[in-house]
Amino acid sequence: MTGKTLYDKLWQSHLVSQREDGSALLYIDRHILHEVTSPQAFEGLRLAGRKPWRLDMNLATPDHNISTDSDERAAGVDAIPDETSRIQVKTLDDNCDYFGVREFKMNEMGQGIVHVMGPELGASLPGMTVVCGDSHTATHGAFGCLAHGIGTSEVEHVLATQCLVTKKMKNMLITVDGSLGSGVTPKDVVLAIIGKIGTAGGTGYALEFAGQVFSDMSIEGRMTVCNMAIEAGARVGMVAVDSKTVEYFKDRQFAPTGDTWTKAVSHWNLLQSDKDAIFDATVKLDGADIAPQVTWGTSPEMVLPVDGVIPDPNDEKDPQKRQAIIQALSYMGLKGGTLITDIPIDIVFIGSCTNSRIEDMRAAASIVKGRKIASTIKHALVVPGSQMVKAQAEAEGLDKIFMDSGMDWREPGCSMCLAMNADKLAPGEHCASTSNRNFEGRQGSGGRTHLLSPSMAAAAAIAGHIIDARFYTETAQ
Amino acid sequence: MKTFTLHKGLVVGIDRPNIDTDMIIPKQFLKSIKRSGFGQNLFDELRYMDEGKPGVDCKSRILRDDFPLNYPRYTSASILLAQENFGCGSSREHAPWALEDYGFRVIIAPSFADIFFTNCLKNGLLPIVLSKKIVKYIFDQVEITEGYQLSVDLQKQVVITPSSDEFFFDIDEFSKRALLEGLDEIGLTLKESDLICAYEVEHMKNAPWIFGAIK
Repeated sequence: MTGKTLYDKLWQSHLVSQREDGSALLYIDRHILHEVTSPQAFEGLRLAGRKPWRLDMNLATPDHNISTDSDERAAGVDAIPDETSRIQVKTLDDNCDYFGVREFKMNEMGQGIVHVMGPELGASLPGMTVVCGDSHTATHGAFGCLAHGIGTSEVEHVLATQCLVTKKMKNMLITVDGSLGSGVTPKDVVLAIIGKIGTAGGTGYALEFAGQVFSDMSIEGRMTVCNMAIEAGARVGMVAVDSKTVEYFKDRQFAPTGDTWTKAVSHWNLLQSDKDAIFDATVKLDGADIAPQVTWGTSPEMVLPVDGVIPDPNDEKDPQKRQAIIQALSYMGLKGGTLITDIPIDIVFIGSCTNSRIEDMRAAASIVKGRKIASTIKHALVVPGSQMVKAQAEAEGLDKIFMDSGMDWREPGCSMCLAMNADKLAPGEHCASTSNRNFEGRQGSGGRTHLLSPSMAAAAAIAGHIIDARFYTETAQ
Repeated sequence: MKTFTLHKGLVVGIDRPNIDTDMIIPKQFLKSIKRSGFGQNLFDELRYMDEGKPGVDCKSRILRDDFPLNYPRYTSASILLAQENFGCGSSREHAPWALEDYGFRVIIAPSFADIFFTNCLKNGLLPIVLSKKIVKYIFDQVEITEGYQLSVDLQKQVVITPSSDEFFFDIDEFSKRALLEGLDEIGLTLKESDLICAYEVEHMKNAPWIFGAIK
């Protein structure tokens, strides 16, 4: 018998029922809820007279919609100025209170972006199945979870049954061997992968990331990579468990202790693909080839190394691709043939479920320390991913470093990643953003997003345009 | 769930790959706590000249004249023809809600994003994958034939052209039955409650730390 992949193993160990029609019932260990994709699901439960199957698998927090301004946050939920936002956050609070779901409320320690707070609380743990009404749920795959985003109908289904009706995906192995050059970060790795396989390259697959680069990478870095699996079209992205994984979860709030911890660790240590496992597709990259990455267009696959040149549509032979380049350049207000480092930046956003963890904060702070942001930067926001990240960063004095440089230190939430709150771009503004999507209008109608790493975003803030962050790490302040 | 058996309707095409769910329904409309009323803001940025705001009646807004949904010949379209990777990005189910609320019952494309595809099936909206070649053929027909209609027969899994050509499409058995019969999926799963309970007993023995930690 041939070996199994990590995904195969997690699938098999959570399979409740394989139905004759090809669908399967998969047991869900953790279900994370937020204010945007849950109200209609709770409403559905009420209308059908149903209640959650069990409560101890659910965890909720508001993140998408809430203000990141400290005065507005301090004023509480009842003072949220936008009525529709206020109703949505209150609805989550009311639903969680009514049904008894554990919620970390807006200003409570523990609150944060769902994919930042889940792991840091030890609410999601290795080997679990994790779902959330958010496409970046693959983040939790970084520590050997089978984790993916679901729609609101499925949120209701999981609440009511603790199961998901689903079909097995195919397996893809993405190996990045060698080692990364100095100043090259996990964000650059995942953008390079998306650049290679394209935004639909992973459709229908569960991705497993392996190789020396991932062995060397921290758990937070692996979260950044798995987070953007969906930008390669894959719902699931995962990395096998190793000693770093186990170490990460020790003493987390909801993690087991004592004998149960020991038992859990011996279970987690088995969470790897077998050596003879067969993958349906394999992709290989060499870590040494990856440079800091920057997107120039309106799809995450429109990405180049920082020393690259924006493509000229006239050089593209495929008419559909040429059209896509023309459309992207027109939206972005850029010309083919321009150096990536000549892209001017108006706004800098450091945050989002991709890059708002403590290591991201430290990386950005190390660049801006002792420097001032360029006078042409209209606003540079640093938005920690959770209350705990915020507290840790403040304990380390990172908030002061950011503020001394002219950056704005904010309250935790999704913020300008999707601009559902007041943090948004004005039409035409170019943003150096550590988020995950550069779609048209994503960060505000007419806004122009350039995806990059926290250190690259910080460097762009100092320079006022895209620049290789290594320029600052390799020159004296 | 709304049933789907047969549908005949006018086809409109959006000839652009990677249409994401942010484009289908921009974020400002996600603040609604309802499932309905999203149709007027479907493709809001592509469809209107001004920036859309929640709670604003769209009847007085100025339409963009370069967007196919706004062409008079396509006003009653109920079948959307699209390109690769349709529905990529965010998992928001508001995207199929908006398409369905606008009046679409079928979307045809060479490929769809996974989460969007599943979300459509939960809402009586049928996503159909046809080859690039056939999709191109339909795009051409829609362009040259005013009032071009297609029929879709879910039971037989075929798209039927006005010239009676039939294009077969694939759909998994569960989703097909759910659409044909308008199944309550939660009710159906709850019929397997005994299996879920039995699984939980075993799971609790194997991985006790999963249970009871969050309270």
